[in-house]
Amino acid sequence: MSSSSKFGRMEGFLRDRRDSGSKLLVAYITGGYEGWEAAVEAAAAGGADAIEIGIPFSDPVMDGPVIQKASQAALDAGASPGSVLSAVPNLDTGVPHAVMTYYNLAHHAGHERFAATLANSAIDAAILPDLPLVESGPWREAAAVAGIETIMLAAPTTPEERLPELCEASKGFVYAVGLLGVTGERANLASTAIEIAGRCKQVTDKPVLTGVGIGSPEQAVEACSIADGVIIGSAVVRRLLEGGGAEGVGELVASYRNALDAG
Amino acid sequence: MVMADPNEEGRFGEFGGRFVPETLIPACEELEAAFREAWHDQAFVEEFHQILTDFGGRPSALTECYRLSEQLGVRVLLKREDLNHTGSHKINNVIGQALLARRMGKTRLVAETGAGQHGVATATAAALLDMECKVYMGEVDMARQELNVFRMQLLGAEVESVSSGSKTLKDAVNEALRDWVATVENTHYCLGSVMGPHPYPWMVRTFHHIIGDEAHEQCLSLMQRVPDVVVACVGGGSNAAGIFSGFANTDARLVGVEPAGGAAVGRGVPGVVHGMISYLMQDEDGQVQEAESISAGLDYPGVGPEHAYLASIGRAEYPSVTDEEVVKAFQRLSRTEGIIPALESAHALAWVIREAASLQGQVVLLNLSGRGDKDVDQMMDVLGPGKDQ
Repeated sequence: MSSSSKFGRMEGFLRDRRDSGSKLLVAYITGGYEGWEAAVEAAAAGGADAIEIGIPFSDPVMDGPVIQKASQAALDAGASPGSVLSAVPNLDTGVPHAVMTYYNLAHHAGHERFAATLANSAIDAAILPDLPLVESGPWREAAAVAGIETIMLAAPTTPEERLPELCEASKGFVYAVGLLGVTGERANLASTAIEIAGRCKQVTDKPVLTGVGIGSPEQAVEACSIADGVIIGSAVVRRLLEGGGAEGVGELVASYRNALDAG
Repeated sequence: MVMADPNEEGRFGEFGGRFVPETLIPACEELEAAFREAWHDQAFVEEFHQILTDFGGRPSALTECYRLSEQLGVRVLLKREDLNHTGSHKINNVIGQALLARRMGKTRLVAETGAGQHGVATATAAALLDMECKVYMGEVDMARQELNVFRMQLLGAEVESVSSGSKTLKDAVNEALRDWVATVENTHYCLGSVMGPHPYPWMVRTFHHIIGDEAHEQCLSLMQRVPDVVVACVGGGSNAAGIFSGFANTDARLVGVEPAGGAAVGRGVPGVVHGMISYLMQDEDGQVQEAESISAGLDYPGVGPEHAYLASIGRAEYPSVTDEEVVKAFQRLSRTEGIIPALESAHALAWVIREAASLQGQVVLLNLSGRGDKDVDQMMDVLGPGKDQ
């Protein structure tokens, strides 16, 4: 039975896949970086259940060196919200799309206008990592009206009493931030990754995906002992930066897919 | 009352707030609670003032500029923050924050710096209170402020070069925030201006309130009245907030002077970066633009939210001056008064010189926020050694 009537497209899609017994895999690609469109399609073909498309921002405070570098390169090449978003409807992925960007782009455009632009650009959900729960109300409302699901981030430092409210506010899925720090691969999975996913799972039945600090298929499997899935970003983008192209991205995503499917 | 506390959401009117990753929200809340509690604790406030007196050299003097006043037809009084230990007003804020960090059990300070003044001050406070210290500084700024880099290292701080984005103050803030996201459990982010997420704009202004309080008292004892105009330079706006807060509820005209290449208030477009909603230089998509001025300390595309608020209600005005006007003011104060000002502070003087005709007979109190020693190298390049100045 499809959940999609009750939930937004992202959440319905991910719930269905989770409830059918699959672990979820979301891949992040920096929009506007050379070859990003083919990389998005390759990530979907490689087995990603949803794609996160980064709209480069001048001041990406939540991002580590890899994604910073790709964002800067994309900006230098002339990427803009308009150029990235206008390309998305032509992408052949068959899975939901989220954008990951920073709040000022939405603020500057105006909430209603930005949300409508996303909705008209084959985007289902938005992640704004510098917009915490306390400041997010007006944006979430405007997004909901346009049919955009706002994915909220739960951090290892998020206190017990705020977590239910945060998970309730989050649409699409709950993004469990795996560690204290910015995006980037780490040698080992942080203990906080398991903890925060577990804490989220206790207060919500929404899909809980762990991101930030997932650096290998083995770590993804480990994280999924608790979480419903993982988000991989820097690992994917590093493949692009190293010249691996769409093919390299497809292979990388497939390696995570296979590991998760094998459990 | 103007310049009162922000509301519960940390807003001054519509400006301010707390736009940081969820990870940092509890740290901001903890900091706010700790600051409220400490500032009501007489022992904390006394220790703060004691250190500013014994170590910082407060109160700073009020200097009458006899020659310049005669030349301009404007009575110019300087609040001499340049005479503080470490050479600028920055020491007030870092002593306050370092004491607070220690009280909160933090053992490490991180800071951003532009010209290096805040970095030097933070490194100084860390040495004084035996804390670990890391300062983020843009690659471009490290090149033009070499002396301050070495000064911070002498004081035991680690200086980390920032090569992302514009490689200046804005990017140093990003990098310090990234550090804090990862180290929040043992680290306090010692932010250098009246910017960032709540409670920083309010807390930093409160630590600098002493500038305005002293100046108000000094003006009363000198001339039994407040000045007609209070003027200060504005990058993030901490020295201006400090001196304005002593006169916000008087009739004095408040003037914050921005560099022409970093006129966030002047352009008047609100935006969100570095934890706050305030006026922000940005392009048509909302990408933050790079500020460009001769002074590294004012190379900031945003401005503290309380300044945005003061501008929006018309209580303060924020004109801008060009690099050329600043260089002339820098030279003029050196020659006429025997005081070499920081390039930042020279912005305030440049405005007074330009507007002298409309200020005839008035008393202008100018916050001389820092001394110019750090800028001498750079000015040698601009002016040329041995040339007739």
